Amino acid sequence: MSDMNSATSANTFSIDGQRIAFESGQTILQAALAAGVYIPHLCHHPELKPHGSCKLCTVVVNGRNGSACTQKATPGIEVENNTPALNDRRRVLLQMLFVEGNHFCPGCEKSGNCQLQALAYDLEMLAPHFRHAFPARPVDASHPDVWLDLNRCVMCELCVRASRDLDGKNVFMLAGRGAESRVVINSPSGLLGDSTLTIDDRAAHVCPVGAILPKRVGYAVPIGERQFDAEPISHQVDYLAHRHIPIVPVATQTENS
Amino acid sequence: MSVAPELSSRLEPILQRHQWRPDRLVQILREVQDELDYLSDETVLYLAGRLQMSRAQVQSTRDFYAFFYKENRGKYRILFSDNITDRMAGNQALFEHMLKRLKLEPGKVSADGLVSVDYTSCTGMCDQGPAILVNNRAIPRMTPRRVDEICDLVRNAVPLAQWPAEYFKVEDNIERADVLLGSKVEAGAAINAAIARGRDGMLAEMKISNLRGRGGAGFTTAVKWEACRNAPGVERYIVCNADEGEPGTFKDRVLLQSYAGLVFEGMVIAAYTVGAQLGLLYLRGEYLYLLPQLEAYLDGMRAAKLLGKNIAGVPGFDFDIEIHLGAGAYICGEETALIESLEGKAGKPRVRPPFPVISGYMNKPTVVNNVETLCKTTEIAIQGGAWYEAIGTKQSTGTKIISVSGDCERPGLYEYAFGVRISQVLEDCGAHDAIAVQVSGASGVCLSEREFGRRIAFEDVPTAGSFMIFGKQRDMFEVARNFAHFFAHESCGFCTPCRVGTTLMQDIMDKIAEGRGTQYEMNELLRLQQVLKPGSHCGLGQTAGNAVADTVQKFRPAYERRLAETDFVPAFDLDAALTRARELSGRDDAAAHLGVEA
Repeated sequence: MSDMNSATSANTFSIDGQRIAFESGQTILQAALAAGVYIPHLCHHPELKPHGSCKLCTVVVNGRNGSACTQKATPGIEVENNTPALNDRRRVLLQMLFVEGNHFCPGCEKSGNCQLQALAYDLEMLAPHFRHAFPARPVDASHPDVWLDLNRCVMCELCVRASRDLDGKNVFMLAGRGAESRVVINSPSGLLGDSTLTIDDRAAHVCPVGAILPKRVGYAVPIGERQFDAEPISHQVDYLAHRHIPIVPVATQTENS
Repeated sequence: MSVAPELSSRLEPILQRHQWRPDRLVQILREVQDELDYLSDETVLYLAGRLQMSRAQVQSTRDFYAFFYKENRGKYRILFSDNITDRMAGNQALFEHMLKRLKLEPGKVSADGLVSVDYTSCTGMCDQGPAILVNNRAIPRMTPRRVDEICDLVRNAVPLAQWPAEYFKVEDNIERADVLLGSKVEAGAAINAAIARGRDGMLAEMKISNLRGRGGAGFTTAVKWEACRNAPGVERYIVCNADEGEPGTFKDRVLLQSYAGLVFEGMVIAAYTVGAQLGLLYLRGEYLYLLPQLEAYLDGMRAAKLLGKNIAGVPGFDFDIEIHLGAGAYICGEETALIESLEGKAGKPRVRPPFPVISGYMNKPTVVNNVETLCKTTEIAIQGGAWYEAIGTKQSTGTKIISVSGDCERPGLYEYAFGVRISQVLEDCGAHDAIAVQVSGASGVCLSEREFGRRIAFEDVPTAGSFMIFGKQRDMFEVARNFAHFFAHESCGFCTPCRVGTTLMQDIMDKIAEGRGTQYEMNELLRLQQVLKPGSHCGLGQTAGNAVADTVQKFRPAYERRLAETDFVPAFDLDAALTRARELSGRDDAAAHLGVEA
């Protein structure tokens, strides 16, 4: 222990016994990803402010539970992350997300690029376990370039934040309460087609699941060759730490493919 | 829009009164609903335009609060309080009776658009239930006869203002008074005492007193005040948390009804000590009836120079108090959710830190204190910290007001020095055959008989004040199921474990109630609790499974007698799924049913 303590200089802390250097102001998750240490997460994106709602990144900091994405790294803290108890809990959270919405991976264009699916594979979630809610959620195809299928929404509010903080538009908003929570669209009719969203908005491309998808892109990259097909998400820390929300006009992508 | 001119003439006075401020949205929506009966999408669009907000922002706030309706729910919107104590007093039979008399379905407006009847969470009338709200006006002590009378008044469209005044009388039911409930302090005495001590002197007395917050968490009040005082910035706020939503709690209602001076003077003392310019009292929507008298009291304080500029003759001590109303959201009792609501938004808890003392209302340093806590500061101002500290136990100083309800002879308020045993409270209120006490509400702890020797104190059984007693005839499974429904209804939806987990827990409790539960479901309940408790964003989710976990452990037979004997029964009821087909085909004979499960 003594060498561990002496190693705990002003700007390091430990995750599962491994020493992590951090810069002042970084969260535990940011510092971990920068150091190549994987902490499961879903509602976090490196280009957006921390949110802390999905709770997948919950770690134990000096004996107390906390969200790694919102809690600041401080010198000397001891963080438990990759433990059977925490991963059990994360698996239950994933099961909750799967039964809360309508997620049918085989028919989803996002399959292979979907962070929820990737997390479920990586954490070995073998079945949804709980009773499916089978909510009746509308599909909104009114926008010329963007398809909105709230059946797949996981309430991470990445679209809300991207539209507000990056696009300066406030196209999306989470409304309702509890199990009635849902994303609503800021337009006179409530339809996406009447909103100010355009295909080059970052909010149109930030969705970690298949709820917001560009239209006319059908399996341009074949299943098997997609982001999380190559390697489990837990092995792609560098990607997770440095990814950018793509801004790909739909025409360009189809031409290139 | 064609209807805009009409909307404009009706809504503009409201908007003007609130200076078209988006941060007043919750207050604006409440008043607009009073005017229009409900808040249609068209109204939302109009308000968004006038407030220069996005339509979705206004919608998000409207859709969050249980008392805001997006569709017409009638001129008379009747809600039955559905706490377990209301149930024990027979609210379900009264509810059914009213539906039958008015020929209504739950939550659906009558064909003529006149009236709707539904349930709501605990309305804080547990000592005088069953209680209802009519357009958010509280009517306690409901009886079958009163249901009939109200049905007649509604049918004849008698305006609420002309209903018999005795309907609306809310009793204090103070059964045991101590320092606080027995106090007879002259108006202004506490403020003057605090000023005589000086800002530093008052804070020093607060530290000596070791006063801890009465809202449940028990944080040391002086530490909060000092942190707010020392936080960088010029503007500071004092918020009084009067969103008393914990099922079974009603002490703040009595304090606001009969001791409002102590509450407001506590706010002034806090403002003086930390250097705040504005106070906000967040009153739960269920206590709307208190608003006129509270406003009148504030006017009196202004006239007496106890509010306003240069308070009590102290140059530069400027402070005033505004009252904001909630709109049916238990989560707003959580201090950061409350602040979001004060700012006109959906009441979802913020990420902490930063704590409100650093960044609270309008991102400025803010003290949030419970109603009872603020009352206690007047005792410290007048009597001093050492006097205060001598009452109660070492870690829990002073007295505590307990809201007693359920199976006892004398429900009401009981004030004791901290450290009182559960058994003492039971004896004093005439509870002779209690098998369980739920302390501190649905989020608290369920104590069984062998724990009645324990003490009310932060170091033993902490409580925000709720004390619900269950006699030997009560079914503790139904108690826990009532609480499970409460949390599923009140979860704000921000974090995954609480948003989904509270509904899963509710559904499992319902499955057991239907006789379709097995040992498997018992294990599932505890498994969910192990995710909710450590994994939720705020106290609501962290405590939502407590009552279920406690009763599974302490009242297991209440569950077991309902369990099916097989290892597992599917939640999906095949025969029930055919109900619609039977309705369509007009058949209900034996051959139109599938065999009931094994």
